[in-house]
Amino acid sequence: MKRLLLFLVLITCVFGMVFAAGGKEQAAPADGTELSFWTFQDLHMSFYEKMAKMWNEENPDRKIIFKPEVLPFEDMHTKLLVSLQAGTGAPDMVDIEIGKYPNFLKGNVQLIPLNDVIDPVRDKFVTARLDIYSKDGQNYGLPFHVGASVIFYNTEILDAAGIDPYDIKTWDDYMEAGKIVKQKTGKPMATVEVNGQWSFWPMIAERGSDLVDADGNVILDNETNIKTLEYLKELLDSGVAVAAPGGNHHAEEYYGFMNDGGAASMWMPMWYMNRFTDYMPDLSGKILILPMPRWTPDGKRSAGMGGTGTSVTNQARDVELAKDFLMFAKGSEEGNLVIWEDLGFDPPRWDVWDNPRMNASNKFTEYYQNDSIFGMLLEIKDEINSVNVKEKLPAVIDRINSSVMIQALQQQTKSPAEALREGADLAR
Amino acid sequence: MKLKQTIGAAKITPYVFIFPFIASFLIFYLYPIISTIIMGFQQVYPGQVTFIGLENYQKLNNPEFKVALTNSFRYTMYTLALLIPIPLLLSVWLNSGNKTVNTLYRSILYVPTLISVVVAGTIMRLLFASSNKSIVNTIAIALGAEPRQWLLGGPHQAMILLLILALWRWVGVNIIYFLSGLQAIPDELYEAADIDGASPSQKLWRITIPLLKSTTIFVTTISIFGGLAMFEESYILWSGTASPNNVGLTIVGYLYKKGFQEGEMGMASSIGIVLLVIVFTISISYLKIFGFFKTEDKR
Repeated sequence: MKRLLLFLVLITCVFGMVFAAGGKEQAAPADGTELSFWTFQDLHMSFYEKMAKMWNEENPDRKIIFKPEVLPFEDMHTKLLVSLQAGTGAPDMVDIEIGKYPNFLKGNVQLIPLNDVIDPVRDKFVTARLDIYSKDGQNYGLPFHVGASVIFYNTEILDAAGIDPYDIKTWDDYMEAGKIVKQKTGKPMATVEVNGQWSFWPMIAERGSDLVDADGNVILDNETNIKTLEYLKELLDSGVAVAAPGGNHHAEEYYGFMNDGGAASMWMPMWYMNRFTDYMPDLSGKILILPMPRWTPDGKRSAGMGGTGTSVTNQARDVELAKDFLMFAKGSEEGNLVIWEDLGFDPPRWDVWDNPRMNASNKFTEYYQNDSIFGMLLEIKDEINSVNVKEKLPAVIDRINSSVMIQALQQQTKSPAEALREGADLAR
Repeated sequence: MKLKQTIGAAKITPYVFIFPFIASFLIFYLYPIISTIIMGFQQVYPGQVTFIGLENYQKLNNPEFKVALTNSFRYTMYTLALLIPIPLLLSVWLNSGNKTVNTLYRSILYVPTLISVVVAGTIMRLLFASSNKSIVNTIAIALGAEPRQWLLGGPHQAMILLLILALWRWVGVNIIYFLSGLQAIPDELYEAADIDGASPSQKLWRITIPLLKSTTIFVTTISIFGGLAMFEESYILWSGTASPNNVGLTIVGYLYKKGFQEGEMGMASSIGIVLLVIVFTISISYLKIFGFFKTEDKR
């Protein structure tokens, strides 16, 4: 009898432990509702933490307990895809990178449409940036920025070579200037991504080309793209450019290389600004941001690209609250100003672009040589080409990163045309 | 009292004891296998499942999957070529001579097995980083060689890195298998050989290797499984992104990419089935050729 009793007690304990661990914590309403958030960028996390604080001050009756988590890029998207498919385990709110976004629009979309919160201020947005996170007229994500591509010059190196960056108007000028820099300083003019898309994509988008067209067809191997890749190859072959150490502009090795004055320039969308300030502190005061060189004398000088859409998942504990908070963080005027001040992104609401706070001193104005970074941006506002985000895009980007650039630029086992054609076929 | 008798009955007891295994087999093996076979014929998106027949398998006829197949097979062949002879010789060496010293060496060689692939792979990635300041490049420069972008190099370079990792990690395990095989060989055989005046190499070829046959077959079989199922090593070495020119893409890597990175669960299932068929065919025919089933019968 005693044994049986002991056994029962033990069993109860075990079950108790299992269920205690599995049960959801119930937050007391006084503290607010819990809101979990995943991202792959710790800078994004600090932004949302700040906005959550502001939200709690302004909405004492709808407080949130913000629970952010930063995961590695691939892991986060994989984990999210699986938990959305499984119907459990996803966060309330999540950052999804543009190149991965179409993966989440397959089948019955597991994200919540944001149309009702966007509609009141829709006309104040650069709408192209809302469209990239949409399907069938439903907007599922809010953008961080316009993502205008720019070129970052290290003026210390350019001065040593006697080059004035303002004189570089076209990509041909750029090549010539690069040769002088190489000859006089021994340093490369540029770095090129060989397992990433960020060197190639801005260049083709600037010329009006793209990876997929407006109807979603793969156009990776069109004439313009081939010519562009040939130009990149020439940059590398002539020693004007080197392959980015680590293969791309987000590798640990790359930050170290640039921080030591490794190359005289590089082009990236504007959101790269905070990588300079945070990961390459020694270049403070030496970097000048300018529009990208043109391809033709009357060509455009930028293209808006990259980006991260923040979405609310259908597993959110309180969908309305999550939507309202997301709109407050990324869609409000204040939020857009903080996006600029803290993250250094060009905010997606154009009605804040002439706000005096856009010119106030912050860590970016101190780091960069430009008198007015935003003035430079306003100057090219009408020259920012946009890109198409369609279902095939992740597949195309994947092929660019895994084979096209490596084959054509790094190992040079195929000509640019061959590499592009093969990559395009694989993605189709 | 009656209850006790029923439970104790010879008819029921065996089933009670094998129940845990049967249950876990049904839930964790049979159900997933059947469900994978079905999903292989479907397009599986969240909330939208459509039957598409053989389309998933037809889509597998693409250059990328071929690269994955070649990589997996090459990797398996090379690991077999390295991970059988080296541990065998090491274990023969460890089995002779001073016992205390050998125990020490044995532990040292076994330690890498206990370290997670993720940790080992990450350390390896940092050792071979592209920067001139990475350890391997520092050594290369000190020796007067050119620093290299190791992980971005061609397929040979990539394969060498993967093999170094495999060698470092698996030699210890295989040594343990071979040692246990060696200890089962009676000393009398060697004594008799000594009396007949056999040289050490004759003893190795005539006694040790033939008597290790069943161990060798076992080690080879698990090495084939391990080689064809390789994934973590290349995933970690190229930090989760696509490896340059797909040099590190394996069958399981392709499955992961399709299923978890692109959300094509149906196609991923079909890749899983293909892998299952390949592994099954190879190992069964291998075991048949070497008469593994036969020797078991004779004993």
